[in-house]
Amino acid sequence: MTTRSTPRVLAAALATAVVVAFLSIKLNAFRDYQIAEIAIEVTAVAGLTVLTGLSGQISLGNGAFMAIGAYTTALLLLHLAWLPFVAALVIAAVATAVAGAVVGVAAARLRGPYLAGATLLLSVALPSVAYAYPGTFGGDQGLNVVFATPGFLGVNFPLTRWQAWVCSLVALITLVLLANLSRSRVGRNWRAVRDDEVAAALAGVNVARARVLAFVVSATCAGMAGALLAIVTELVAPGAFTITLSIALLTAAVIGGLGTLPGAVWGSLVIVLVPTYATDVATSHGLSTSVASNIPVAAYGVVLILVMLVFPQGIQGGVRWLLGLVGISATRTSREASVPDVTPPAGKAQASQHEALLARRSDPPESHEKEGTQ
Amino acid sequence: MVEFLQFTLSGISFGMIYAAIALSLVLIWRGTRLLNFAQGGMAMFTTYIALEVVRHTGSYWAGFAVALAAGVVLGAVAELAVIRPTLGKPELNAVIITIGLLILLEGLAGILYGGQYRSFPAAFSVIGLKAGSTPLGVSRSDVFVAVAVLAAALLLAIGFRYTSAGLRMRAAAFNATVARLSGIRVARVITVGWALAGLLGALAGVLVSPSTFLYPNSMDSIFVFGFTAAVIGGLDSPAGAVVGGLLLGVVLSYAGGYLGSQGSDLTALVALGILVVVLMFRPDGIFAGARVRRV
Repeated sequence: MTTRSTPRVLAAALATAVVVAFLSIKLNAFRDYQIAEIAIEVTAVAGLTVLTGLSGQISLGNGAFMAIGAYTTALLLLHLAWLPFVAALVIAAVATAVAGAVVGVAAARLRGPYLAGATLLLSVALPSVAYAYPGTFGGDQGLNVVFATPGFLGVNFPLTRWQAWVCSLVALITLVLLANLSRSRVGRNWRAVRDDEVAAALAGVNVARARVLAFVVSATCAGMAGALLAIVTELVAPGAFTITLSIALLTAAVIGGLGTLPGAVWGSLVIVLVPTYATDVATSHGLSTSVASNIPVAAYGVVLILVMLVFPQGIQGGVRWLLGLVGISATRTSREASVPDVTPPAGKAQASQHEALLARRSDPPESHEKEGTQ
Repeated sequence: MVEFLQFTLSGISFGMIYAAIALSLVLIWRGTRLLNFAQGGMAMFTTYIALEVVRHTGSYWAGFAVALAAGVVLGAVAELAVIRPTLGKPELNAVIITIGLLILLEGLAGILYGGQYRSFPAAFSVIGLKAGSTPLGVSRSDVFVAVAVLAAALLLAIGFRYTSAGLRMRAAAFNATVARLSGIRVARVITVGWALAGLLGALAGVLVSPSTFLYPNSMDSIFVFGFTAAVIGGLDSPAGAVVGGLLLGVVLSYAGGYLGSQGSDLTALVALGILVVVLMFRPDGIFAGARVRRV
């Protein structure tokens, strides 16, 4: 994660907001819908990239957390029609945070593969709840959501543009908050836990608490993304929240560069725009829809494998390398690490005490750990 | 009482399939300390291959044999092509690669065969057996499932215990460095482990598909149940994997049977509950001794 000051982050967010607003006015309704889709993806992927890239935990359940956020929003808007969307969004975020905490407490005791497996099981199990209780969750058909533009914008304001604005605003706020969080003590603790759990614990980091917190943050982001999805698609059905969704989120985070927030944006752009074009091209070449819809899935697989084998830093790693070539960024990049190098830049003098301690530790004997626990 | 017997017997039949997946996960875990998320996807793919062979030759057993052979090849190729290069890199890389392999196989199956549900033939009659006049809730096909997995597990156990190849595999899993110093080609042993895991996965795919149908995601839930079974057994113990699979199969069968109309939809949730409880209280499986983690 590049170390940026808050004003720089805010300036970047503002600039993006202006660009998005401009684009949404200039482009047609379908493009507005795509902007909303990208913003939703960014919200979810940003949470996942922080979880995986910074705290070193892998989740295949963020699609399920999106489902929790989406269904919470749909049920609230359905039964409490007077409720403003902002309130529904906040309640959905809180509900998902609670769910994330429950899973996270189990997660804190799980190391890598166990956590991934448990969250994968969550992805499989949760949509079936909607089928089991069709009275509440609408079963296979799902729930319809009514969402309209507010009155002050006038009757002619396109709904898709309003949706794009709402989604982009939430995405940008999420990015700013996550950027602050990852630069704070919390973010440093996450990296310490990721790099060497034992060293982190010796340096006074509460490993379990850091893990659970990362999981809750990531789940909350997914929940908000789910809430946004509910008002954009105006339909919440279990078919939308399959394992493929969770894996697509992970793919976006990996393509963009794990652990970097700009990477979450690049990854989301790729994952939303490329399948649309690929499907268009495939259908225009006379391929059947089952082939056309599966090409992106197979492509995600190839991309996940190739990125991890060849260029683990992802797009943001490439961007930094290019910027470094022209001498703009002083941030170090490392070709060896799977996750971006997080050594603070030399100029950062007031590193906290435990961070300094961690920086001085000798490298962990990785190979021993692999052969341990016989 | 009759109901209870039926649920138990059909639970054992499904449990043996979870056990086969669990065993394949354990084989890879012992060799590489990696959870292979592509195991279910590989099994799904080899079952499609088997279906093609059955359709062209008309012989179930030809398809059965080809599926197992394809499993061996797929396992070994996967290890050599994409897992071997991640050696010495953070374990997250390999985990993400197996996930990539999973959706690559699912996407390929969708492209080649489409997304529709296909029926897969069973080796033996699927008509329920009866003891006297009471239906037992299982068929000859279910009995074959249990016997086939049990035979595979026993063959593996015998191979591990009484052959020199088995000794090498156990040595490599116990301590790779010492094994390497004693002249064991650990890399080759790991490839063999992946090949055997591919075989077990293919076996599970062929055995389960008559009752679940075959489609690109058909092994997803079987995989997570196999994973749960492996965790119950401790991920490190082949015997634990079999017992874990049986326990899970029976419990899920009771849940599906006794929870009423929602039961069959909620089995995955029940499995999640079991997994969380096991991981909270016995994170190294219910058969594990004291917990040791070397740092």
